[in-house]
Amino acid sequence: MSRILVYPLFSFLLVLLWMMLTRFSLGHFILGSAIALLAGKAAHALQPETPQFRGWRVIPRLIAIFFVDIIRSNIAVTRQILTEGWSGRKSEFIEVPLTIQSRTALSTLAIILTATPGTAWLEYVRETETLTLHIFDASEHERYLDIICNTYEPLLKELFE
Amino acid sequence: MTPLAAIPLWLALPIAFLVMLGATLTLIGAIGFLRLGNFYDRLHAPTLATSWGMGGIVLGSLLLATQVEGRIILHELVIAFAILITAPVTLMLLGRAALHRDRSEGSAQLPESLRQRRSPETAENSESDE
Repeated sequence: MSRILVYPLFSFLLVLLWMMLTRFSLGHFILGSAIALLAGKAAHALQPETPQFRGWRVIPRLIAIFFVDIIRSNIAVTRQILTEGWSGRKSEFIEVPLTIQSRTALSTLAIILTATPGTAWLEYVRETETLTLHIFDASEHERYLDIICNTYEPLLKELFE
Repeated sequence: MTPLAAIPLWLALPIAFLVMLGATLTLIGAIGFLRLGNFYDRLHAPTLATSWGMGGIVLGSLLLATQVEGRIILHELVIAFAILITAPVTLMLLGRAALHRDRSEGSAQLPESLRQRRSPETAENSESDE
């Protein structure tokens, strides 16, 4: 069972996605399942580390914080772009020491930081466990450090590690 | 009468609002992309389009399609999900390429601490130096 179905959740979601995009019918269920099984095998060959979901309970909180943060920074960056030139905005490189280590947690953090306007993920060095970010507004330096280290990291830690 | 004319006002207003919001944010992102001074700043402008710019248009389309088709249409969420999880890939690719270029040129745009760290070995050295 586990050798054919390498990632049950992943494959199940793929089948669901396939049927959502086509039609809910038996034919598409069979076709979708075949694709999902192959994709599961392919993903297994690519990634040696199986993601572990441990704390499901934090997901709604993570999504809620993420959502609010996106809206807030959309407004901030929009304002800064429109007032560019006379607002005295400065951008800055910051280095954030990270404590999360699993690939899944790191890539989730990358998605969060990229989708939030105002922060751009530049580089993560595993040896020193530091993340280099470029932030659009240097005056928010402290806020970003705080939200990454004290909000996102503990949540991701609980979810994946 | 087109199917669009049959949409009640209470639904047409939020759809119009969401689409306009998404389109406006995308436009502002594009303006920023044009006006901002350096590469790293320009990286930030299109993220407006990939977050609420995309979100607004996707949600508007979702509401419209659901009303017109008479059943719940969720295809748009797949688009949103795909954009959300693939955006970091291109952004990191561009960001790291720029970082690499600026490091090998010793560009003054980078702060001192970033200019030195070219590989893990030198990273450890600079750590121990501090």
